[in-house]
Amino acid sequence: MFEYAPAPESRSVVDIASSYGLFIDGSFDGGKDGDVFKTINPATEEVLAEVATAGPEDVDRAVAAARRAFGSWSALPGAERAKYLFRIARIIQERSRELAVLESLDNGKPIRDSRDVDLPLVAAHFFYYAGWADKLAYAGFGPDPRPLGVAAQVIPWNFPLLMLAWKVAPALATGNTVVLKPAETTPLSALFFADVCRQAELPPGVVNIVTGAGDTGAYLVAHPDVDKVAFTGSTEVGREIARTVSGTGKRLTLELGGKAANIVFDDAPIDQAVEGIVNGIFFNQGHVCCAGSRLLVQESLFEPLIDSLKRRMATLRVGDPLDKNTDIGAINSAAQLARIRELSEIGASEGAERWSPECPLPDRGFWFAPTIFTGVTQAHRIAREEIFGPVLSVLTFRTPDEAVAKANNTPYGLSAGVWTEKGSRILAVADRLRAGVVWANTFNKFDPASPFGGYKESGYGREGGRHGLEAYLA
Amino acid sequence: MTVTVSAGLSDLRSFLHGLPGVDKVGVEARAAALATRSIKTSAKAHAIDLAIRMVDLTTLEGADTPGKVRALCAKARRPDPADSSCPPVAAICVYPAMVPVAAAALAGSGVHLASVATAFPSGQAPLEVKLADTRDAVAAGADEIDMVISRGAFLAGEYSRVFDEIVAVKEACGGAHLKVILETGELGTYDNVRRASWLAMLAGADFIKTSTGKVAVNATLPITLVMLEAVRDFRERHGRVIGVKPAGGIKTTKDAVKYLVLINETVGDDWLTPDRFRFGASSLLNDLLMQRTKLTTGHYAGPDYFTLD
Amino acid sequence: MPKTSKVVETATRLTVRKTYKLYIGGKFPRSESGRTFVADGDNVALASRKDARDAVLAARAAQPKWAGATAYNRGQVLYRVAEMLEARRAEFTALGVPADEVDAAVDRWVWYAGWSDKIAQVAGGANPVAGPFFNISAPEPTGVVAVVAPASLLGLVSVIAPAIVTGNTTVVLTAGPQVAITLAEVLATSDVPGGVVNLLTGRYAETAPWLASHDDVNALDLTGVDHPDLAAELERAAAGTLKRVIRPRTSPDFTADPGLRPMTALLETKTVWHPKGY
Repeated sequence: MFEYAPAPESRSVVDIASSYGLFIDGSFDGGKDGDVFKTINPATEEVLAEVATAGPEDVDRAVAAARRAFGSWSALPGAERAKYLFRIARIIQERSRELAVLESLDNGKPIRDSRDVDLPLVAAHFFYYAGWADKLAYAGFGPDPRPLGVAAQVIPWNFPLLMLAWKVAPALATGNTVVLKPAETTPLSALFFADVCRQAELPPGVVNIVTGAGDTGAYLVAHPDVDKVAFTGSTEVGREIARTVSGTGKRLTLELGGKAANIVFDDAPIDQAVEGIVNGIFFNQGHVCCAGSRLLVQESLFEPLIDSLKRRMATLRVGDPLDKNTDIGAINSAAQLARIRELSEIGASEGAERWSPECPLPDRGFWFAPTIFTGVTQAHRIAREEIFGPVLSVLTFRTPDEAVAKANNTPYGLSAGVWTEKGSRILAVADRLRAGVVWANTFNKFDPASPFGGYKESGYGREGGRHGLEAYLA
Repeated sequence: MTVTVSAGLSDLRSFLHGLPGVDKVGVEARAAALATRSIKTSAKAHAIDLAIRMVDLTTLEGADTPGKVRALCAKARRPDPADSSCPPVAAICVYPAMVPVAAAALAGSGVHLASVATAFPSGQAPLEVKLADTRDAVAAGADEIDMVISRGAFLAGEYSRVFDEIVAVKEACGGAHLKVILETGELGTYDNVRRASWLAMLAGADFIKTSTGKVAVNATLPITLVMLEAVRDFRERHGRVIGVKPAGGIKTTKDAVKYLVLINETVGDDWLTPDRFRFGASSLLNDLLMQRTKLTTGHYAGPDYFTLD
Repeated sequence: MPKTSKVVETATRLTVRKTYKLYIGGKFPRSESGRTFVADGDNVALASRKDARDAVLAARAAQPKWAGATAYNRGQVLYRVAEMLEARRAEFTALGVPADEVDAAVDRWVWYAGWSDKIAQVAGGANPVAGPFFNISAPEPTGVVAVVAPASLLGLVSVIAPAIVTGNTTVVLTAGPQVAITLAEVLATSDVPGGVVNLLTGRYAETAPWLASHDDVNALDLTGVDHPDLAAELERAAAGTLKRVIRPRTSPDFTADPGLRPMTALLETKTVWHPKGY
C-alpha cells in the first residue's frame, strides 16, 4: 500500500493576532461595549483569536460611515472605481496563500480547496466586477444605472471570503458602499480583507466590517439607513429577513438553502458521474447550499453505480485541513456537527440504509465521515431537509418524467445536476427543472461570469455575471 | 466472453460501443486533481524505489548499436553504481535486432527483456511479417513483446481484424508476456482509448500500453486514467488482472509519482508492482536517481554524478 | 598608482542609444530588407512586404492559442499591459507623448481588459426560436487583423486593444515608430504571447497594400489612413477575400468612450442549435 506521508502546508505564512476589533470608517477599533467572542479552529478546537462583538451603536457607526462615504464613492468615475477593485484583486492574488491558510484554519476546509478553489475565485470575482465598474451603461439595465446607497450584507461560514467577494465586488463596482457582517464562526478572513482594502487605499467607509452573531446581523439588516440588504444563509433566517425588510422599500436579495437533485441516467459517463456525485456532496464537507445532496439514479444503473460510488468513497482522505492531501476537512462547528448527527440518526431510524467507508477520524475537533443513505424515498426527512454536511441520500427513478417530478418535489430550487451522454435529454430535463443552476455532466462549478441563485425557497436575485449587477442598481 | 465477442464484427462493435462514455472535461479534471497530491519524505522514498523497479529502460533508435544496448543493460542491472541499495529496473526495451545482444548482457540479472515487434512503430505490415517479427524476438531471448495495434484498422472500424491480429501475436509469443500498444495519441478520443483497451484485453493482452513514443502525443495522465479504469472494470467482469504501461514523455520523478498516485487511487494495491505497471522511459531513470540521492544526502544532486545512457 | 578615477567622474558620459527594430512573433528583428529610414533623428527599421508576410505568419500561428485562452486569462494579460505601461510612462513622456495621453492609454488598456469576459454577455445570448431547440449565439474572433494604425499612443492602443481582447491577433503598421516600438517593449514584457501583436514601422503606401490583399488576413482596420485615395485602394484590395474593413468616416476622437463597435467589428457571431427532448 502506498501511504502518503503528512504533507502539511506551512502555517507560518499567516500571522493571526490575538484579538481583532471592528473595521469602521477605515480603521479598526474595539466595540463600544467591549464584548468579544472567540473564533476557533474546528479541526483542533484551539482558539485562534478574540473578536469584537458589534453592538447597536457600533452598527450605527458603521452604517453612518458607509453613508458618509457613499457620496464621493458613487460620484467617482467608473474607471476610477474599477482601478480600486483591480487593485484589490491583485492584492488578493499576491496574498492568496496567506488567505488560503487562514481560511482553512478558521473554517476547517482542506487547504487544497481554499488554495485551488476559494482564493482563485475570490480574485477572479473582483477582477470581473472591476471590469464592469466603467461599463454599467452597457449592462442592459438602462442608459444611466445608479447605485442604491448603503448595502447591508450578511454572509455565511461555508465560503467566508468567497461569499464576501460575491457581495462586496458587485456592490462596490456599481458605486454602493457596504457594511458587511461575516459569520461568527469564521470572521477572520473578512478582517484580513479589511487590511487588503487598506493596502489598496480604498477610501474610508466604503467597506465596513462588523463582527458578531445573529443579533448583530438582525440589527444591521433592520437598520433604517440601509438601502439594500443581501443575505446568504439558511432559509429560516432568510424568511425572517424578508419579514423585517417588508414595507421598508429596501431592496433585498437572498441566497438560501437547497436540496439539489443530482440525476444520473443509465447512459451517463459513469466514472465521471461518480466523480461528480462525490464532488457534489463531499466538496467542502457538504457545507454547500447547492450541494447535490439527493442522488437520483435510474433504477437500471443503481447497483453498478452504488458499487462504484462506494469504491470511490473509500479513497477519500478525511483529516487535517492543512494537509495538502486532505479531501474532506473538519465540520465547521459543534452545532453544525450536532445537526448532521441528528439528521443522520433520523435517516437511519426512518429505515434508510446507512453506509460510510472505513475512516479513522481525529480525536479532537469536529468530524463526520462521508456517508450515504440508500433506500431513501421522497417520504424520508433526509430527502427533504437540508443537512449541510457530507451526507448523501440516494433515490431511484424509472423515466425522465419521474426524475424531473422527484427533483422538483421540494420547496427548494437552487441547483441540480444531470448526467447523460445524450445532449437533447440534458436540455429537455434542464428546461423542466425548477432550479437556478443546472449542471450537466459536471457539478459545483462556479465562475464570476456565471449567475448563481435560486428558485422558490432557495431565495431570489442572482449573484455573479451581468445579472449580478442588477441587485445593486436602481 | 472472449469467444463470443470475437465471433463476429457486429458483436464486437456493439460491445465496444456499448461501453460507458468518457467525459473529456471530467476525466481531465480528475487526473489534474490527483496530480496535486503532495508526496513527501518517506512516501516519496518509497515511490522513487517503486518507480525505478517499474522502469522499462528503453532505446528505440535507428542508431542503436550493440555498444549502446550493452551500456543500457549495465545501467538496468545497476542504475546507481555508487549505491548498492538502489534496485534494478524492470526491463530493457529494444528493437528485435538488438535482442541477442541484450539477452547476453542481462543474463542472470532478473531484469526482463522486452522487444518491440509487429512492424513497430506504424504496424503497417502484413500479418505474416508481424508474426515472424514476434517469433524472432522471442526466439532470440525476449520474454516480453510490445506489439502495436493497427490503428488504421481500428479507426476504420475493423475491430475484428485488430482483435484477430492480437490473438495471433499472442499465440506467436508463446510464453512471453504481451504488451499491446494502443498508440492513444492517434486514437483521437478517450472513448476510443476505452474501446481499444477492452479490445486488447479481450484478445488476450497481458499489458495495455499507451504509446510508441514516436508520435506527437504520448502517455498522459488522463489517458492512463482511462486505461486504469478499463483494467479495473475488466478484472471485475473477467477476473483477470491486466497490466498498464504508459510510455513516452514521462521524464521526471514528479511525473512518475503522479502516475503512482493515479494507480493508488484508481485501482489500488494490486497494480502497485512491476508485474502490473511499467514506465516506458529512458531519461526518467536518471531523474529518479537524482531525487533518490537528494533524499539521502539532503542536498540537490547534479547530472554529472550519474551515469549516461 | 595612477589616479584615473577622477577623470572618469568629470568626463561627460555618452548615452547608450536604443536601436528601433520591428516586433514580429515576440522578437525584435531588423527588416529582412536591411533598410532603415530616419525618424526624429533615429534610424528606424523600414518594413518590407516580406516583413509583412512574416508578421502575418506569426499572427496566424499565434491566433488559435490566443483565442483558445480563457477570456479571464486574456483580461489578466491586458491588465498586465496597463501595469507595465504605467510603470514605463516616463519613456513615453520622454518621446513627447503628453502625460495625460499616457494616462488615457493606460486607462484604455484597463477598460478593454474588463471587456474580455463581458463582450460575449453583451453581444451574445439565448435566442427564443419557435421550436424545441436550444439556440444560442456567441461572438468569436474573426482571426488575423491587419491594422493601419494612427500615430498617437492613445490612437495606437485604441486600435490594438479591441482587436486582441476579442481573441484576434494583429499585424499593425505604425506611423510613429519610436512610440510604437516602445509600446512593443511594453507588450513584450506583459505576458502577451509572441505573435499576438506584431508591429511594423515603415511606409503605409508601400506595405499596407500587401496586407490588404493578403489571402490569410481576415480583417483590415484603416483607422490610421489619412489619405482617402489610399484608403479606397486598400478597401478595394480587401474586397478580394471579403475582409471585414473598419474605415471610420471621420477621424475618431480617441478620448471619447469607444463603445462596442471597435470590438464587434472584429467578431463573428456563431449560432448553435440543439434539439431538446428526452
